[in-house]
Formats: sequence, C-alpha cells, structure tokens
Amino acid sequence: MPERIIVPFGPQHPVLPEPIHLDLVLEDETVVEAVPSIGYIHRGLERLIEKREYTEYVYVAERICGICSFMHALCYSQGIEEIMKIEVPDRAHYLRTIWSECSRLHSHLLWLGLFADSMGFENLFMRSWQLRESVLDVLEDTTGGRVIQGTCKVGGVRRDIGAEKLAEMHRALDPFEAQCRDLGDVFLNDETVKYRLQGLGVISKDEAYALGAAGPTARGSGVAMDHRETGYAAYGDLGFKPVVETAGDCYARCAVRVKEVYASIDLIRRAISEMPEGSLDVKVKGAPDGEYFSRVEQPRGEVVHYLRGNGTKHLARARIRTPTLANIPPLVKMLPGAQLADVPVVVLSIDPCISCTER
Amino acid sequence: MGIFQMTKTVLRNLAGGPATRQYPAVPARTGPLTRGHVVFDPATCRSCSLCSKRCPCEAIRLDKEAKVWEIDRMRCIACGDCVESCPFGSLAMEPEYFSPVVEHVVERYTITYVKPEKPAKKPADESAGA
Repeated sequence: MPERIIVPFGPQHPVLPEPIHLDLVLEDETVVEAVPSIGYIHRGLERLIEKREYTEYVYVAERICGICSFMHALCYSQGIEEIMKIEVPDRAHYLRTIWSECSRLHSHLLWLGLFADSMGFENLFMRSWQLRESVLDVLEDTTGGRVIQGTCKVGGVRRDIGAEKLAEMHRALDPFEAQCRDLGDVFLNDETVKYRLQGLGVISKDEAYALGAAGPTARGSGVAMDHRETGYAAYGDLGFKPVVETAGDCYARCAVRVKEVYASIDLIRRAISEMPEGSLDVKVKGAPDGEYFSRVEQPRGEVVHYLRGNGTKHLARARIRTPTLANIPPLVKMLPGAQLADVPVVVLSIDPCISCTER
Repeated sequence: MGIFQMTKTVLRNLAGGPATRQYPAVPARTGPLTRGHVVFDPATCRSCSLCSKRCPCEAIRLDKEAKVWEIDRMRCIACGDCVESCPFGSLAMEPEYFSPVVEHVVERYTITYVKPEKPAKKPADESAGA
C-alpha cells in the first residue's frame, strides 16, 4: 500500500478567487480524501441586522457577495415584502428579473473564464471576461454600479430603464448571443476541453440529491431543481424550464452553465418585449412583524434568507444560507479518485463563492 | 476540427485591437448614472440630519451645534441613499470615482446656512416631519 501524505490546498491558491482550505489526503498522485475547512473571511453580516434598520439592510445584503449582489438584495427584499404583505408593481418585478438575469450572465461568464483558466486555457479565459465586460457596461448604464447595483429596495426598485435603453438592449442581444454561442461552442465541442473535463469529479443523481447539492452542481447530475420554476419576480409570467445535464461530471456542470447563459439571454429578451408600464415602487410604512423563509435562484444555486421581525425597525434575526455551503459536501464526495493536478478544476466546477458562504 | 474551435475568435481578435484601456492614462468608462462619489453643498444644507440617519455605514456625521458636516470617504459605499433622502438638494452624486488616498481622511464642511427670521419654524418642521 502506498504511503499516504497530506497536501494542503488553499486558502491561498492561484486558481482560488477566494479563500477555502482543503486538506488533500493523497496516495501517490491520487486523492483519497478531502477535508474542507472554512472561516477565513467571516464578516458578521447576519448580526449587523440588529444594528441597521430593515430598509437600510438591503445595502448590507447586497454586499454579502460581489457577484450575485443583486439577487441577495432581491431575496432579502422579497422576504420583507412577504412579512409586511406588500404588493410590488409588475414593472418592478420585470426590472428585477432583467437585472437578475444580467447578474447571472456576468457571473456565469466570469466563472467560465475562471474555469478555462483553471485548466490552462488562457485564451478562452480572456475571451469570456471580454464578453462579461459588455454585460457589466449594461448594468452600469442602467443601475449606476458595475457589480453592486443598488437598485433593489423593499417595495420595488429605485431606478427605471427608459424605453430607449430597453430597445438598445434588445438590439444588442442578438450579436451578443452570437458571440456567446461562439464561446460556448469552444467549451462544449473542443476536444482538448472535453478530454480534460469528461469523467472528472463524477457525482451521481442520488448522491447529489442526498448531499443537498444546489444549482448547476445538482442540475449537472440530472436533478431538475431550479427555484425560478416557482415563479418569483416575473419568472411566473415568462415561463422557465431548468437546464439539466445527466453525466454529473465537470463537463456536465460546465455545459449547464453554458446553456444557462443562452437561457438568460432568452429570458432578458422576453422580459424586455413583455415589459408592462406602471409604477416602480410602493411606499413602505410600519415595521415587519413575523418571519419568512425567502428563496431565490442565484447563479450558484438556491439562496435562502430567513428573516424574523419583532415589530420594530430592526429585525430580530437573519439567517442566510448560500448555495456554496450546500455544494461543499458534494465537492468532498467528488474529489476522491481525482489526480492532484485535476483538483483545481474539480474545486472550481462547483463555482465556490466563499464570501457568500461566510457572510 | 475539434481542437481548433477557438481559431475563428482568435483571428477576429487579432484584427480587432485591444479590448482593455490604459487606465489611469485613459479614464475609466462611466455613465450618467454611475455612482462615483458624493458631493456636498454646505450653502444649502439646513442640518436636518436625514443623511446621517439614513447612511447605512455611518460615514456621514453632523454636529448641529457646531454646524459641521463630515464625510468619511473610506466608510462611504456610494449607495446614494443620502442623495435620495436629502430634501434640500444639498447632496449630489458625481460619476467620477474618488481618487485613491494613502491616509484616512475625513472631509469637513462648515454649514453656512443661516436660519431666516421669518418663518422661523419651517426648517425645523420639515426635518422633524420627514
């Protein structure tokens, strides 16, 4: 029996955008066990809810994550709106959907770039980030912020997108989709990419479900679970079918994200053409009294904001469960059997967002 | 061929020129809505203190007695809540990002607003009611 050695992976590692630590138990070059540890960037944002008024906390919720910031604000606002029984206008729902999907687009393009970088495909990495920049430009033009949008608030949205800008976005979608499809073809059809990804980090449908995988990690294994199907914001009107792959390996998870990019573009196109007229927000009065379990589908999976109010301006408790936390147990299951050189690719395939996880 | 999927894009990019810009020699791209930094006009402020109450990161401090308004640029997250809440239009958002600094700076302004004799109660009412 070969000798076992432990190789530390992270928290500082070239492929990791954020700090997570894994102790890899190796036999020769093969991983036999992975022991994760987190807790490097805890910021105490849940506790901060006792110090900030519930309307101000939207800004804090947005800063939980730098990538899916809009969806954290959306999830938090939806929770407060449910507790206070606030009816949000239709136009606000549609605008929230457009900004959510733009966030998903830029998150997936960022991930595709990082993933290409993790397998050493620098050219593809730069091309992905080049495309991502055009999404960020749209977000900056419509909201005022590239990654922290700051447009979602309790009771609606803070900004409108004018008809002219909507038409311009609609016109830009076709060439953008063509460019994304060129990029997606490289990920899906290139032999070198396939050779590197297929059969790597496999997790079966039952295991993914039992370990509580979320988002593209679950859908890559054939678990058709996407919270957008429940029809929050404008997804109920637009109709949505989750993207599912069945192989359960790194290639399948990559394929899910590539196809979700196309699905997001389609959702934005339909949201723009069906955009209703009307007001942007309703006036919020009083203080939340009650509790709600708010859920939203983020690029990495389902995020949960549990909020409990006690009738004052300050909430009593917030609990935020982010998708990366749910995806760490499947990751630990994926790693055994992989070569040490493949570990970065497998770790990135769950799209780890550690700032989210540790809040 | 399966391994030359990227070639088309590579050739197009070769002819297309660089996608990045030489920042800071070339300024960053901003739009009219870009939240760069907050500017304050001390002449119109009536020290109602709504901005300091609404600020989610306690970057704005107001001393009503001394008529001093302060902003800590390192705490400010440029969310724009103060700009929206100011009833007198004393605050505005400029699209340019605040230039980098090497030490902690608190910008201090003296409020020059003088309360008119008549109607004397109006500013106080507005600040209390808003």
